[in-house]
This record gives sequence, structure tokens and C-alpha cells, in this order.
Amino acid sequence: MNILDYTAVELSAAIKKGEVSVVEATKAVLAQIEQKEAELNCYVTLDKEGALAQANDIQKKIDAGELTGPLAGVPVAIKDNMCTEGMLTTCSSKILGNFIPTYTSEAVINLQKAGAVILGKTNMDEFAMGSTTETSAFGATKNPWNTEHVPGGSSGGSAAAVAADECFYALGSDTGGSIRQPASYCGVVGMKPTYGTVSRYGLIAYGSSLDQIGPLAKDVTDCATILETIASHDLKDSTSVERDTDFTKALVDDVKGMKIGIPRSYFGDGLDADVKEKVLAAAKVLEEKGAIVEEFDLDLVEYAIPTYYTIADAEASSNLERFDGVKYGFRAEDCDELHQMYKRSRSQGFGPEVKRRIMLGSFVLSSGYYDAYYLKALKVKALIKKSFDEAFAKYDMILGPCAPTTAPKLGASLSDPMKMYLGDIYTISVNLAGLPGISVPCGVDKNGLPVGLQLIGDCFNEKKLIQAAYSYEQARGKFSLRAKEGK
Amino acid sequence: MANVITDETIDYVGILAKLELSAEEKEQAKKDLAEMLDYIDQLGELDTTGVEPMSHVFPVHNVFREDVVTNGDDRDNILKNAPEEKDGMFLVPNTF
Amino acid sequence: MAKQYETVIGLEVHVELATKTKIFCGCSTAFGGEPNSHTCPVCTGMPGSLPVLNKQVLEYAIAVGLATNCDITRNGKFDRKNYFYPDNPQNYQISQLYLPICRNGYVEIETEEGGKKKVGIHEIHMEEDAGKLIHDEWEDATLVDYNRSGVPLIEIVSEPDMRSADEVIAYLEKLRLLIQYLGASDCKLQEGSMRADVNLSVREVGASEFGTRTEMKNLNSFKAIARAIEGEKARQIDLIESGEKVVQETRRWDDAKETSYAMRSKEDAQDYRYFPDPDLVPVVVSEEMIEKIREKQPEFRTEKMARYKEEFDIPDYDIDIITNTKRMADLFEETVALGAQPKKVSNWLMGETMRLLKEQSMDPEDIRFSPAHLAALIAMVDKKEINSSVAKEVFETMFSEDIDPVQYVDEKGLKTVNDEGALRKTIEEVVANNPQAVEDYHNGKEKAIGALVGQTMKAMKGKADPTMVNQILKEIL
Repeated sequence: MNILDYTAVELSAAIKKGEVSVVEATKAVLAQIEQKEAELNCYVTLDKEGALAQANDIQKKIDAGELTGPLAGVPVAIKDNMCTEGMLTTCSSKILGNFIPTYTSEAVINLQKAGAVILGKTNMDEFAMGSTTETSAFGATKNPWNTEHVPGGSSGGSAAAVAADECFYALGSDTGGSIRQPASYCGVVGMKPTYGTVSRYGLIAYGSSLDQIGPLAKDVTDCATILETIASHDLKDSTSVERDTDFTKALVDDVKGMKIGIPRSYFGDGLDADVKEKVLAAAKVLEEKGAIVEEFDLDLVEYAIPTYYTIADAEASSNLERFDGVKYGFRAEDCDELHQMYKRSRSQGFGPEVKRRIMLGSFVLSSGYYDAYYLKALKVKALIKKSFDEAFAKYDMILGPCAPTTAPKLGASLSDPMKMYLGDIYTISVNLAGLPGISVPCGVDKNGLPVGLQLIGDCFNEKKLIQAAYSYEQARGKFSLRAKEGK
Repeated sequence: MANVITDETIDYVGILAKLELSAEEKEQAKKDLAEMLDYIDQLGELDTTGVEPMSHVFPVHNVFREDVVTNGDDRDNILKNAPEEKDGMFLVPNTF
Repeated sequence: MAKQYETVIGLEVHVELATKTKIFCGCSTAFGGEPNSHTCPVCTGMPGSLPVLNKQVLEYAIAVGLATNCDITRNGKFDRKNYFYPDNPQNYQISQLYLPICRNGYVEIETEEGGKKKVGIHEIHMEEDAGKLIHDEWEDATLVDYNRSGVPLIEIVSEPDMRSADEVIAYLEKLRLLIQYLGASDCKLQEGSMRADVNLSVREVGASEFGTRTEMKNLNSFKAIARAIEGEKARQIDLIESGEKVVQETRRWDDAKETSYAMRSKEDAQDYRYFPDPDLVPVVVSEEMIEKIREKQPEFRTEKMARYKEEFDIPDYDIDIITNTKRMADLFEETVALGAQPKKVSNWLMGETMRLLKEQSMDPEDIRFSPAHLAALIAMVDKKEINSSVAKEVFETMFSEDIDPVQYVDEKGLKTVNDEGALRKTIEEVVANNPQAVEDYHNGKEKAIGALVGQTMKAMKGKADPTMVNQILKEIL
């Protein structure tokens, strides 16, 4: 068996049995990176030597019985917006192009404690602002299923790396769909947990009230296992919550009696026919396995995007003020006046999409507009949350697509930002309401590009989603690029 | 287009956000900002009278630290990424 | 007839709280230390770092609110105030705009005419302090030290209820005393742990509308505040009299030049884009929490004065001075508790202590000697182990170095000589060597005995008990 065929959990089990060593697994994945990376550009930073050194160390700890967890020894890729001590962390931005954090984000520390081998940092849309990974200052990542297409975003590097076996699993972050949508485009499983489940300490903020770290994985079992590992109640993050985290308990093939609601508005105009067909077929599978599936009307869907962009951009405009050329990162040369230095450093350091969002965010918070825009958006957010509360009073979960289409061609989205924003329609409200959502591959379209099924749960109900996704996966059978390529 | 963004507005936003735009970027920014605001304006269709603005999704409150010193001297680390430093301090253009 | 003007003044007072750690991280708030040695990712605005509120900050803020008769906000939160400046590492300051912790309070001050007046407190909010900027002339640049960044502050915003510099000073003295009594801050203006910005406008006497106000910053002493108020009042009246308008602006006071100038910059839009900080959760204050803090409130000055009157036999004048600072009152009570007689303790505090403080331009806060040492000194005098002039000398050393007086007196051999034989011998020699003085005395010049006492003390190197010397002298003569 090729090492790359293993899922993360399978690999760790094989390592513990002595069938594979951590170094062998690391070398296998590094070889794959060597082969694919020039074409795909999944990584901003690759730490070959560090990975091999970690692999040696971890192997010893496994042999000594010090590391026994289900992910011990498995190589992982980290989205480049999570701080890693001593390793470049750029947010795919020129302004952080030379930033080497002096501390490690809590989610990554949790992985390290579990014996993960950190391979490097994955490419993303600059500061997670984008849906294609094309706004990266370090070049776009390509979709491993078809390199003329984008991998989605903003966690495009993480999703593509998992799909192309350039890692066994990856961490991403999701502010408006940034894990689920690229997972969908790249044919992998991605999950955005309930807000507060994974510590944001060390995650470079985009929209603080919306950001959550989550897994990108080969299957639902890996996904649940990773989430169980990274979730923690962290006293350094005031918004972190104390809750149940035994997600792997939900890896049960049973959906009998589960009530699944399908919002009619999710399947209207704008949804690609192929995507619609595959997603509804997946719903049918769950129904055949005993779930009760029915259509319903979810209110306010169309208001989620304007609400989201108002809140996320407002928060971003403030969160990104710290990038000013004073303490770290890029400083424009030859500035002898303070504000000139600020302006030049930021104008040269940020890309166009980031500037666009910072400007909108500054505007909606500015004197005279705060009530009309920002406060209004916070009120609509309350209404959106209420409409989900009503839905979850009737249903265990909501089922829909992740995105209106499969992965678009490179360059097709950047020319029209508004169109790109509209593509977030199915994922964005989940962040506004703090809900968990999972994306599971449910087939390919006529061009052979993956389609993602999205399941949305009520707050703290990840286990229901995991159980349904796992059950669907059992019926669906294996789905991966390797399987498709017949490897 | 209902919203018209003037040069003054873009310059003002530039001061707030500390961004310096070229003439070409300014024109684009005026267009983009107006388009987004038009789009956001549809929130005005919703009656939100009496709705409490929601900053936090969950009713989590009172997360505190005890008043105990937990950090030691870490200044070498803190200064590690400084674009310019002198005497253990960050150096910036004169503000006096 | 020339127009009569009235000054309308409101104050924004920033007070650094006496917590051990910063408001949102576990860094020390201690003064001193190398630049940036009390910093971490949170208080230097490192990417990915997050704030967590220091509970003690909230408790101090509530305590000050209760002491100033405020309503405590039951459901408060923190907001971000966005502005770019290098002393502010995140380029936003975490503060409270929409739901400050305390509102609608007042303190009572005594006016010059001897009456009482309430000065309203609009609100008190919690916020973080900024770092320090240092001018580097060599590089023509600014250096940034974040040791003070994130030190907790409360800002106490008064209503525009004050009408003169005297009222302002009385208000500040009152606030300072309350806060010092609470132990929430040492409130030193010179060191910046208490800072006042003055909002001032003038209007014609009898007018119902307020004039346009300005905000004056950089006031580092009560004297500077008084001068700035007079200066700004005159400037505004001049403008109005000459038909010009007062511009609403922030001005910086230059106390050396006794003038102010506008702090204006086209890059400074004064549009702070406040919004609730999504990184911090709401602060919900329960009745129980307030009661707990209320129970812990100390005895304030008025109560203390009444108790002193009842408990200690010391004059009202002494009580007034001693209770005027927490430090003095504590010192007094602790020394008395060690067995010293209250009036004697009071005498040392009112006399020598105040004299030395004044001489060395120090605050009572700066007093170094311990109550135990003062009590020991008083005991030595009581036991006639040293005489009063030696005691004063010892006290001066104690004041500057906090030495142990018993040990000091021993080492320096300053003990009074109580050996009557030795003393008598010395006096006999003095009498023998000063026939003129002896004769004068016998001729009825009572004062002449003073010279003989002086000579004896000199011969004894000050270590004799003057009463005893007098007694023996009279016997011999």
C-alpha cells in the first residue's frame, strides 16, 4: 500500500503498529510535495528539515509510549494565518512577508501536543479575504483536480494540499466559508465548528466575531478526530467556550429519524444545475437511510451577504490597523514623516482586495454612517440568528450546497469582486449565526470538478453533522483525487 | 447608482485607513465603494425597530484574568521583528 | 461697562490603577525596568494576540464608582477607539464608549466661601494606557517603549459643573483622596498616575447656553492646571471681545511658556470609529458583586475624622492634616497601634515630617520610614534615653534612609547620659570655668543659667537630659 493512500487516522494506526515510520510518512509526503508543488503552489513556506527533525522526535515519543493519540506522527499543513513560533507567518501578504512569530497559536499547540509533524504553511487569500486564493501576494494556488481552475478560498492552499496528498490533513480558517467552500472545490471534507470551539489565540484576525479554525481532511473520520484534537477551552481567548468535544463518538452510521431541512431558496436561480443535482442526490441518499428530509423556507437568506460584508469589513478595518510598519512586517523605505510611513507601508504592503475591504470597513464605522450601516448590520445579524433558531426548532440540520458552482477558472472571479462576494451565499450566514457547518464531497460535475454537500447544524451540534456526514460517506464510498486517478 | 462617492470621501477614508491611493486606484475605489454601499443599502428594506444589535452570538460574559504577573522579560523576542530599533525600542519617524 | 464672563469647566481625569498586571495581559505594571521589558504579544499588538480582562481592574473601577455615588452599569462592554499613533500598538485603544462601567455620580467639594457644592460625574470608563514615546535627537526620530502600554486606566469624566480653578483643584483633591483611600491608585500628578484634561468654555454671566469649549492637555501639576485655566479663560475672552470665534479643538499646555497651542493635523480626523470590541465579552455586574465591593470599601476621610475625634485626644487641626492623605492617616494609625501616644505621633507627623516633606518637595506618598521605627523613636524619648534634639537628628536620618533608630542611637552613642555623678562633675567644671555667668545669675539675671546649660550640653555632646542639667545646676549654684 502506498503511504499516501492512508487517511490521517489510518496512518497513525499504521505507525503505532510499526508498519510505517513517522520519517517514512514524512518523506513520502515531502516527495509528493516535491512532485506537485511547482504546479499547484499550495505552500507559502515548507519546512523540510524541520519536518524530518520533528518526525524523528515524534517517532521516539511514540516508541516510548508517550504519544498515543489518533493523530500521532501524522504530517499536517497549517494555513498561513496561524502563528507558528520561528516559522514565517505571512497571511499571504507582502506586509507580513518577513514576519516570524515568537509564539504559536493555540490550535497548532494542540496539534503539536498530539504529535503532529508540521510540514509548513499553506497559501491563502491575502488575510483570508477572497474566495479563490488568487489574492495571495505569493501567486495563486491551482486546483489539483484541474489546474486551470481555482482551489477556492480563502483556505485554498490547505484544501488543495489535502486533495493533492501534499499533507495528510490541514488546518484552515473560516470567516464566511473559507474552509467549506475550498473543501467543496477540492473534493475534501472541511468543517467550520461552532464559534468559540477552537481557540482563536494566534490566529491572525480577519473578522474576529466570525473567524473559526477548523479541519480540512480526507474523510469525516479524520475531520472529527482533528476537531477533537484542536478544540479546547482557552483562557487566552475570551470568546472560547467550555463544551463537549468528544466528536469522534458521533462516527456512527445511522441517520434514522434525523430531521433534515432543505431551504427552498438555496436551490433557486443562480445555482448550477450539476451542483443542484448532486446535492439533491446526496439528500436522497440520507433519506433512503432513514432521515426525514423536507423542504422549508429559510428567511433572510439574501440579506446575509450585505450583513456579512458590513460586519467583517468593519472588524477587518480595525484588526488590520496594527500592520503599520512600526513593530513588525513591511515598512516602506525612505519615509521621514510618520503618517507618510503609515500610508506608504500599508499601500505598498496590502493588495487591492484587502484595501477595498479596509476602506469599506472604515467607511461604515465612520462618523455619521455607523448607525445606518454597522449598527443596522448587527441588528439584521440578530434577525438572521433568529431565523436559524426557528429552523433548528424543527430540524436537526439544514442541507444545501456549499457554493453555487464548482471551482471557477483562474482569473474569472477577480475581475468582478461583487460576483465573487455573491458566491458566498450558502456559507456566510453560518458564520453570522456562529453555527457549525461541514462540507462533504458528493460527486463531480460534467467537467469532472468536485461538488460539495453542506450540512449546517445548530450551535454546539457538531456531532449530529458528523454523524450524518459519516453515514452519507459510508453510502457514497471512497472519494478522492487519488481514487479517481486510479492510484 | 444611488451612492455617489466623492473625491473628498475617498481622501477622508484614506486618512482613516492610512492608505495612499493613486489617481487610478481612487477612481476604482469610488466605484467599488459606491457599488458595495448600494448593495448594503438593501438592509434598509428590513424593519429592525426594537431589535437589539447583536455583537456576540452567545451570551458568554465575565471572562476574567486574575491579577497575577505571568509574563517575564521577553523584550528580545518582542523586538525581533522590528523594522528598525534602537536601544531596545522601536524606532519610527520623528513625532515631536 | 465691561462684560462679565463666567468660566465653565469640566474635567477628564485619567487615573492609573494600582493593579499588579496590565488590563488585558499578565505583564507587570511596575515602573522602571529596561524599555519593552514588561511587554508581551498582547500589549505590543502582535498579530493573533487576544485580550483578557483583569478582574481587579473592574473591581477598582466599581469601587471608585461607588465612592463617587455613581450608578454601576449592569451590562457593560468594551469598545475599540481607532486612531493611528505609534504609542498605541494596535492602532486602536480598547476603551468604553457605549456602556461605561459607571454613570451619573457626583462628589461634594468645599467652595472658597466655605459652602458645599456637588460636581457631577458623567461617567467612569475603563481603558488601556499607551506606550511611551522618546525623542531621539541624534537620529531625529522617535523611540517607542511599550512598558506602559496596556496599564489599566479609569477615565473619570465630570459634568461641566466647575466655575473656577479653585473648584477644579478642590474637585481633583477630593477625587485623589477618595481613590487613594480606596487603594485604587497612588494618584501622582507629576508621575502621570493621575492626569487631568480640562474642558473649558466662557460665557457671559447669566447666559443659559454654554460657549464653545476647548480641551487642554499636558497638565502635570495642580499649579499648571490653575495657570492653564487662567490662561485659557483669558485667551477665549480675548477672542470673543475682539469679535472672533472660539474654535472647538484640543490644545496642549506648555507650562514653561505659560501658553497653549492647538494640536491639529490634517492626518488627525478625530473620527475614532468606535465599535464594540469583538475580542472581549460583555461585563455583567451582579448585585452580589457590587455588595462584595461595597463591603470592602475603606473608611473614608469624613468617617475617619469623626473617629479620630472620638478615639484620640488630638486637635481638630491635626486631624484635618493627617487625614488629608491616606499615607499619613495609615502611618498615624499604625504607629499608634504600636503603643505610641497619639498626640506624640501627631506631633512628629505635623512637625518634622511635614517640614521635611516641604523642604524636599515630596508627597506624603513618598514617605519611607516605617511606623515601627517612628514608634521606637517616640519610645526612646519617652524613656528619656535620648533628648528631643537628638531625637530630631535621628528622625532626619530615619526620614531619608529609614534606619532603625534604636540601632542608630546605639551605634552613634547618642544615648543620654543618666549617670548623675558624671553629669555633676561636668557641671562643676562648667561652673568653675564660667565665673561671669555664675555671678550674673547670683545678681538676679535668671537668664544667665541658659548659658551654663548650653555649655554643659556642649561638653556632654548633646547627650544630657536638659531637665536634669537644670536641676543640678540650680543645686550647685
